[in-house]
Amino acid sequence: MSARRIMGIETEYGVSAPGDPTANAMLLSSQVVNAYAAPLGSRAGRARWDYEDEAPLRDARGWEFPRDAADPSQLTDSPDDPGLANVILTNGARLYVDHAHPEFSSPEVSNPRDAVLWDKAGERVMLEAVRRIAANPGLGTVNLYKNNTDNKGASYGTHENYLMRRDTPFADIVRHLTPFFVTRQVIAGAGRVGRGQDGTGQGFQISQRADFFEVEVGLETTLKRPIINTRDEPHASADRFRRLHVIIGDATQCEVATYLKMGTTALVLELIEEKAFTRDLAVDRPVPSLHAVSHDPELKTLLRLRDGTTATAVQVQWMYLEQISSYVTGRLGDDADEQTKDVLARWESVLTRLESDPMSCARELDWVAKLRLLQGFRQRENLSWDAARLQLIDLQWADVRPEKGLYHRLAQRGQVERLVSDEEITAAVSIPPEDTRAYFRGRCLSRYGEHVAAASWDSVIFDVPGRGALQRVPTLDPRRGTRDHVGALIDRCPTAAELLDALAT
Amino acid sequence: MAGQEQKTPKDRDGEPDDAAPPPPQSQAQVSGDDVDAILDEIDDVLETNAEEFVKGFVQKGGQ
Repeated sequence: MSARRIMGIETEYGVSAPGDPTANAMLLSSQVVNAYAAPLGSRAGRARWDYEDEAPLRDARGWEFPRDAADPSQLTDSPDDPGLANVILTNGARLYVDHAHPEFSSPEVSNPRDAVLWDKAGERVMLEAVRRIAANPGLGTVNLYKNNTDNKGASYGTHENYLMRRDTPFADIVRHLTPFFVTRQVIAGAGRVGRGQDGTGQGFQISQRADFFEVEVGLETTLKRPIINTRDEPHASADRFRRLHVIIGDATQCEVATYLKMGTTALVLELIEEKAFTRDLAVDRPVPSLHAVSHDPELKTLLRLRDGTTATAVQVQWMYLEQISSYVTGRLGDDADEQTKDVLARWESVLTRLESDPMSCARELDWVAKLRLLQGFRQRENLSWDAARLQLIDLQWADVRPEKGLYHRLAQRGQVERLVSDEEITAAVSIPPEDTRAYFRGRCLSRYGEHVAAASWDSVIFDVPGRGALQRVPTLDPRRGTRDHVGALIDRCPTAAELLDALAT
Repeated sequence: MAGQEQKTPKDRDGEPDDAAPPPPQSQAQVSGDDVDAILDEIDDVLETNAEEFVKGFVQKGGQ
């Protein structure tokens, strides 16, 4: 019983060439990936992505969506364009172009704090790409934004992935996760100026993504977006695991917000697996409820629960926390691991203050910090919510450059709480987590990079001189391939050939 | 956090002293001065011509 579990975060960044509205977004995104990958040379630049085990049309409810009926954007197992950049980094992450956005898919990590750390490493990777493009006199300026909408009708995702037991019925996941996701935004929302998908409605709202969600459950990720996504592509042994693919989250920069997003969700999943929820918190009309919660930064909106009672989003979160907390105490007493206790304590602290004085969460939660800044600016300049400068503050909140990004300006002044150090982030840019299979992938890339032909989440493929066929090493268990498991082996094998020989014996 | 007493959330309905457990780490409260400091520099940080800049940020949809 723990907040620890195999997890990861994938983030599509907004990309723009200021002053050149006709710039092709796919080309810009390729430029971003190439700008970062090219100087790495054979350590990362050559290995292609191995699509063999990708299955984006397999549905967790037990069927496969027909390929010829799918929207082209759903076919993520064939590259949009073979020329599009796609690399694997020595920290185990994947950096590539996804639907006209550069995306950083973090390596698999084993706990929420590490999820924050490698998410921050992804921000650094994107910043480095922007710097390299800026330093190249042959290229125009490219800016990157860690947000989820252009406020003109387009949205792009920040997805979470959680490894789950295969034997957990998907219907249980839908039942208990839907009310959690409708209300989780009070902690994990990134804040947005504008309402409706195109942002023309006036006002601030809690979430970047909420207005883009239109159905309760479904396979799609690019249209008719569902609160619960059913993509069943485990990237692991399918008989033992599922990968829960969560598409409803916002891209957050506040470390505490990201940490709580991952940690509280992992705890909810644990209770679902344990069949330990004693109360069904099903909400009436989840999609309109999701929008209503987002549109109310006062946090007063009452949701109607299917059991006939009403509750605010914060109260629904309390009911999750109470059930989880009493289950943890009942099972483990005070012996829960430190991170689980920390997640529970912080969750309680934030909910308490959201009820009494939401602004006191400005050091921890993106939407509160952003709203506080916007309110201050609005009052000083006497602006209405449709003012272009407020929309600019919303956009620049997410600029990855520390001199331009408003989150970064607050962080530099010590106005946000940090959980990981700059030194740890610097290390995580090139070094993989030690306790998942990302360790094997990342170490193979850094040690044998020129002989790694391809890799994916569940394989590393070697092309060793003198051996005719490519050799594929499967990594179907995300919890193996750790430093404990293969660290010494890699250390004592200076070449890929020796590693493969050692693995074969 | 390590060493801190675990309270169950249900305690929040109890004694007033229990209503607001201390945050896990000492938090410097955010004061109005902090907002003023960032507002003082924000005009230098914001891109010039807000309207045009915001208008120019057009994205293709993603996942």
